[in-house]
Amino acid sequence: MSVAGESRSTGMRHGINRRTLVGVAVFLLAVFVVIPLLIAASGRTDFYYTLTSVALLSIASAGVWLMFYIGRINIGQGAFALIGAYVSAILVTKAGMSFWLSLPIAGVFAAGVAVLIGLPILRLKGVYFAMISLVLTQVVTLAALALPITNGAKGITSIPLPGEVSILGLTLIPDFATMENSRLAFYYTACVLMVLTFAAMYRLVNSRLGHICRSMQQNEELASSIGINIAYIRVIVFAISSFLGGIGGAMFGAIAQSVYPSSFQVADSINFMLNCFLGGLGYVFGPMLGTLVLYFGWDLLFESGKYQLLIYASLLIFLMLVLPNGLLSIRLDRLRRTHR
Amino acid sequence: MSALLEFRGVTKRFGGLTANHNITFDVAENEIVSVIGPNGAGKSTLFKMISSFLPTTSGEIRFQGERISNLKPHTVARKGVVRTFQETTIFKSMTVRESVIVAQHLRATASLAGYFWGSKAARADVQAFGEYADELIDFLGLSNIRNELASNLPQGHLRALGVAIGLATDPKILLLDEPFAGMNHDETMSMVHLVRKVRDDRRVTILLVEHDMSAVMSISDRIVVLNFGEMIAEGTPAEIQANERVIEAYLGSEDDAIGV
Repeated sequence: MSVAGESRSTGMRHGINRRTLVGVAVFLLAVFVVIPLLIAASGRTDFYYTLTSVALLSIASAGVWLMFYIGRINIGQGAFALIGAYVSAILVTKAGMSFWLSLPIAGVFAAGVAVLIGLPILRLKGVYFAMISLVLTQVVTLAALALPITNGAKGITSIPLPGEVSILGLTLIPDFATMENSRLAFYYTACVLMVLTFAAMYRLVNSRLGHICRSMQQNEELASSIGINIAYIRVIVFAISSFLGGIGGAMFGAIAQSVYPSSFQVADSINFMLNCFLGGLGYVFGPMLGTLVLYFGWDLLFESGKYQLLIYASLLIFLMLVLPNGLLSIRLDRLRRTHR
Repeated sequence: MSALLEFRGVTKRFGGLTANHNITFDVAENEIVSVIGPNGAGKSTLFKMISSFLPTTSGEIRFQGERISNLKPHTVARKGVVRTFQETTIFKSMTVRESVIVAQHLRATASLAGYFWGSKAARADVQAFGEYADELIDFLGLSNIRNELASNLPQGHLRALGVAIGLATDPKILLLDEPFAGMNHDETMSMVHLVRKVRDDRRVTILLVEHDMSAVMSISDRIVVLNFGEMIAEGTPAEIQANERVIEAYLGSEDDAIGV
């Protein structure tokens, strides 16, 4: 990363000002009101599914982004998404648990696996960690094929839709199966989770843990010499990253109502990483924009038929050459210029 | 004076190469002690063993009577033994003030979750970190560059920043890695002044590893000389200057090298 991209993250530390608040309000309004209205008006309800996917993928990408923040390239997020999807699916179908309870359990389980795997592999740096993490997705896929509880290649299908949540007779979340439009319900659920995730990420990055992560990204030796237990912080960050992967995966399973060993593949893991690159590694909200652009970009290029992948890949290479700090670097540079 | 830091038969072998052999000496509280020697004498290896960046092969290093060798760097730092690095080892994309704030990790009273939720202790910490950072920055004369990115700083300032980062941890003993390397006479003198100030005003014991003889002679209370991994002399600057074996180790270049 160049100096320009990193100096921005210091600029973001100045607390929440009015412009930020307006920005957040506009964003929330767009996500929860304007987009559903537009979709209802245009009748393109398929966009619900697309945007729900973007929201969920951006949650998993946020985890990968956090790993970049401590200087680790994580190409294994697909593994944790798959673990999350299976844990939730098994709890719902075999134990009859409510999906809403299985969701956090899926995240925590993925985080637990990350702690066990992370203790040995997080000692590796750079390309070595990246290679090992790349293998993880394949390992989990193979495990899902082999284990009896995951039902092999047939996967787990006919997962019931999320049920009702009520406290003292008051319905908080209605039963998705009885809804006319469960797509809209999933869209709202995914967006709420996404907003919560990125609010927490913003808070984390601007709190002491974020500062410690940055110090480790820049120099692990110096960080350990000032008393930071770098091994511990690495494991914590990997666990948070995998928790987000597990949540994203579990939600995907619930929407598709099925999980297969191929639900998340190595290519998905690579996409999670690309989302972060494209949005900008220096920006907390980078993964959100990156996921949106990458997902829609791929879909828009569908018209180009057999040249889809070629154009897509060339565009990605071009973008990384022109904007090494990600798409958000354009916006913030312009803002900075006008405010000085 | 009681010994603060004790080296007892410290030995390090890398395969067949003995980098340090049976090093034994003490550093007393509030002293400035320098470890010198020609290239490849084993100074850096010894330095890394004190801060547990390298394990010893045999022997041990004790701080206030407690073994600190063969632990983890952050554990050693926690006990109050903190090293600085040469100037390339910094937090490049942090400002001076941010670096000094993050370096106050060991002074934190709140938990990481507390910082996330903004607990009372965390808010008090953040306040205290900022104030202490400003105090240290003023103390080290870095006030006019406090908001500069570390990557934009010249060498002299980077050294001072290294000392600031080290001091921010509230160390009892600060280990300085070649603090005068590559500096001209004026820069060296201002660094010598700074190191003295740290010892006198902050009551921090100093152990440094250094090449530059004239600086070492003027700053040190005592000097330890290494050659080919062996400790060949220990004494006051005057004693070291007169020592036959030291002169021999520096091979006849006694006039410039030892600063006679």
